Amino acid sequence: MNSSDRAPHPENYLTAGEPGLWSWLRTHDHKRIGILYAVGITFFFFLGGIAATLIRLNLVTPAGTLMSAETYNKAFTLHGVVMVWFFLIPSIPATLGNFLLPLMIGARDVAFPRLNLFSWYLYVGGGLFTIGALLLGGVDTGWTFYTPFSTMFSNTHVVLAVVGVFVVGFSSILTGINFIVTVHTMRAVGMHWFRLPLFVWALYATSLVMVLATPVLAMTLSLIALERLLGVGIFDPALGGDPLLFQHFFWFYSHPAVYIMILPAMGVVSELITCGVRRQIFGYRFMAWSMMAIAVIGFMVWGHHMFVAGQSMYAGIVFSILSFVVAVPSAIKVFNWVATLYKGTIDFHAPMLYALGFVGLFMLGGLTGLFLAATALDVNLTDTYFVVAHFHYIMVGGSVMAYLGGIHFWWPKITGRLYPEGPARFAAILMFFGFNFTFFPQYLLGYLGMPRRYHAYPEPFQWLNVLSSAGASILAVSYLMPLCYLGWSLWRGAPAGTNPWRATGLEWTTPSPPPVHNFPLPPVVNEGPYRYRP
Amino acid sequence: MMPTTLQASSIAPDIDALFNAMLVLSSVVVVGVFGTMIVFCVRYRRGSPADRTERKNQSLAVELTWTLVPLALFIGLFGWSIGLWQRLQTPPADAAVIYVVAKQWMWKAQHPNGQREINALHVPLGQPVRLVMTSEDVIHSFYVPAFRVKQDVLPGRYTQLWFTATRLGHFTLFCAEFCGTDHAAMQGDVEVLPPGLYAQWLERHASATLASRGASLFRQLGCSGCHGGQSTVHAPDLNGLYGRTVALSDGSHIVADDRYLHDSIMLPALQVVAGYAPIMPSYQGRIGEEDVLALVAYLKSPAREYAHEQQ
Amino acid sequence: MSEASATLVAHRAAQFDDAAQQRESSVLGMWLFIATEVLFFGVLFAGYTFSRVRFPQAFADGGARTDLLLGSIETGILLLSSCLAALAVRDVRFGACRAAGRLLWGTAMLGVAFLVLHGVEYHAEYGEALVPGIRYHPSGHPQPAMMIFFCLYYAITGFHSLHVAIGVALLSRMAREASRGAFSADYFAPVEVTALYWHLVDIVWIFVYPLVYLVGRST
Repeated sequence: MNSSDRAPHPENYLTAGEPGLWSWLRTHDHKRIGILYAVGITFFFFLGGIAATLIRLNLVTPAGTLMSAETYNKAFTLHGVVMVWFFLIPSIPATLGNFLLPLMIGARDVAFPRLNLFSWYLYVGGGLFTIGALLLGGVDTGWTFYTPFSTMFSNTHVVLAVVGVFVVGFSSILTGINFIVTVHTMRAVGMHWFRLPLFVWALYATSLVMVLATPVLAMTLSLIALERLLGVGIFDPALGGDPLLFQHFFWFYSHPAVYIMILPAMGVVSELITCGVRRQIFGYRFMAWSMMAIAVIGFMVWGHHMFVAGQSMYAGIVFSILSFVVAVPSAIKVFNWVATLYKGTIDFHAPMLYALGFVGLFMLGGLTGLFLAATALDVNLTDTYFVVAHFHYIMVGGSVMAYLGGIHFWWPKITGRLYPEGPARFAAILMFFGFNFTFFPQYLLGYLGMPRRYHAYPEPFQWLNVLSSAGASILAVSYLMPLCYLGWSLWRGAPAGTNPWRATGLEWTTPSPPPVHNFPLPPVVNEGPYRYRP
Repeated sequence: MMPTTLQASSIAPDIDALFNAMLVLSSVVVVGVFGTMIVFCVRYRRGSPADRTERKNQSLAVELTWTLVPLALFIGLFGWSIGLWQRLQTPPADAAVIYVVAKQWMWKAQHPNGQREINALHVPLGQPVRLVMTSEDVIHSFYVPAFRVKQDVLPGRYTQLWFTATRLGHFTLFCAEFCGTDHAAMQGDVEVLPPGLYAQWLERHASATLASRGASLFRQLGCSGCHGGQSTVHAPDLNGLYGRTVALSDGSHIVADDRYLHDSIMLPALQVVAGYAPIMPSYQGRIGEEDVLALVAYLKSPAREYAHEQQ
Repeated sequence: MSEASATLVAHRAAQFDDAAQQRESSVLGMWLFIATEVLFFGVLFAGYTFSRVRFPQAFADGGARTDLLLGSIETGILLLSSCLAALAVRDVRFGACRAAGRLLWGTAMLGVAFLVLHGVEYHAEYGEALVPGIRYHPSGHPQPAMMIFFCLYYAITGFHSLHVAIGVALLSRMAREASRGAFSADYFAPVEVTALYWHLVDIVWIFVYPLVYLVGRST
């Protein structure tokens, strides 16, 4: 063991250059930009989490006496807007993706480093607009901004919120462009497409969706702003406009958006499982192509959010079959992950626990998606807590767990420190149980008929709501724990060394933390990923 | 024991059958996958003596199996669901119509015989009922969990849903599309009565029928001033209009359905009849959606009644 | 070291291995950005199509009130400017950097001319009270749905003009750099991607022109 394994490498991206905040705010280094995003994302996660806490506290009593209806409506709007656009969509791509993509392909940085920094400033700027809307009294339209309520009836700060989302959308678009170009043009010698780690495939598929879907959101939000500011537009039925047109535009983006939220998570899980099992992934090509299939088919299913909205019966039929079809590649991935466990040598460290939790919870969420794809069932289940439970299983049980698993897995590489394994495993297991405790009752609530976005509800629904809120308190603790012990490890964690997991992947061949330009010498690649020798 | 929602409509048992089938299938998958995961995690944990030699990293046969089998199952479920969907979307021809107007934050229903109610809906047992619905402001959604039906209610157009109640009693009506401050309070009570009692109830507070109310409005609002037989203004004749094909000034043709009649009153300049000047004033903001429904009911009523009213 | 390879070395950004990689990346990046713009404007075109199918007469009426002469001149201007931009790229590829600079200035000025003419159009439309939400009292008895036509008209042409203005700024910067000999046969990607962007601006207008100005004229 040489001296470089005893302490974080002295000359690394964290310590390089001038000290102080200003050099960070002008950085072009993708690794520093990833950390800048991580700070923002953590802030927004807890802001959205506070909104969630208020929601669940209010729902403990049927009369909803904790807060007024107006405040409640603003709370769930804030929760949705913040969690979707300021936490989930950027979380894995902008933090882990930014940090790891060049490392994984053997590049010095992304294709457009200055554009990367600009993306971060757009993220912050968009966030400031949204926080401004919050401070000025909030928005009560729901994160979906349905017209004509959002354009003609709400008297809250819709335009400010919409501007914030517009701006952060461009952060997303530019990141997507950066990643696509990086993967196309900056791979190391010998790193051809089918030697790429699956996380890179995931980022690539995600970036395609970001680039093609987000502009639609941008224009749709602009039209809302115009209609609010000028009082006229194309969604106003009094003029002959059509409120349903808004829904088509909105969901044409927002359905692919959910794939932006899950694809990177799937990529992370493939990395975590292969290392945790110390075997090659089962079915590498199917895993790669299935992510591309999800990205493409994901653009064709938006109408399943509108089965009872006033679409024709035939639209319902078409979107239903396509929604069933889009579930197939996801099912393939779940089976492949399980097959990867076969004849492996499994370590149950925290990242592996998060990955296994992901597979279970994603599967539960995905199966309930099939219920919703069946139009006849969706008639009953849509706009109830069944849908709320479905998407939280995927986004929280799925994406958030994968994000945390990835943070833990690459923590040694990013910080040069090891986190304490005991508390980490405990938090992962607590999170799995807390999550189910919170959201499984919501499937029952929806099945029994409780609509969503209700600040008060009929008495018979109370016991399930109390159960869900109790679970939420456990979940909250399990989210606070990593904040504590990961923070602790920055000061007191043991030095990580270059490859504490003995993982494959180019990022593990360079010191922890990496030097500014990632690799002392440009790597040359001779084999595919996940060449674990047990 | 997990409570279940009552099945109070003719389609509810069939919806529940599909739901339960999917629940069973999902449970099988969950048990299978979770079970396999647990078995593998135990068998292949580090330090266990299991055989780890000769593991393949890919298999086309396996991949195709677990692609095509789910796909086939999904198509089967899809087919089953579509049969039910078509039923949900196709009201029987003999369904009785009730008109519903939603507004922030209440439900208003009008029976054709004139009976009106707020936040309540009385329907007969065993007879199909078709609701024709519109909103006065934002999008709402009419949802009765016990009937397994839901349909968004939009401003500026009519949407419909139908059901046949199969159980007597009171069932909750929820608004299921977020519509503002008191969205959660916008509930109603659907009461299913035996047909005899329902008929009695209809007569109890019966005032003018919807159509005759429409006839009064037709005179009060000045419609007959232009559209009446005595008028000197060149305005289209409305006798027997409902269901006819109308030639519009831009060369297209349209069937005069509920929406056409509604828009002709509220947005008359949108679809001008061929050969007429676009001089009809709009009644947008002057009358509410319930009054429009009354006028539409009047215009749909048999020609003799219409002609009688004209004198 | 020759001037060309000095330029090459001076311009190679640190993250790239070589100039070819840098150029490939710039061009691919701009094509992706163009894809996003197609989807961005696509929403407006979709909204336009949907509304026009529902209200053909109102849209014809609205289209007839636009200024066909100015619109046609603007189309000619943009087509010519795209031609100049393409010639500029060709020049710079063959090392005629200063000639390219002149062409780029020409392109930029044509862009400015477009904006001026469009400003004249907007001014006239304000005078005729055809600006929904701000000043809207159209003459005659147009259908209410004509307001939708004009909402879309201002949204489409407004966003397009914004893109033209940005393009003018980019072209001016490229023109200035080219006049100073900053580009060569080995290093011209910035000009190439700026020209690509300008072609996008032109193509969007090629769709706008018939949809907005020519609809309803044949009746």
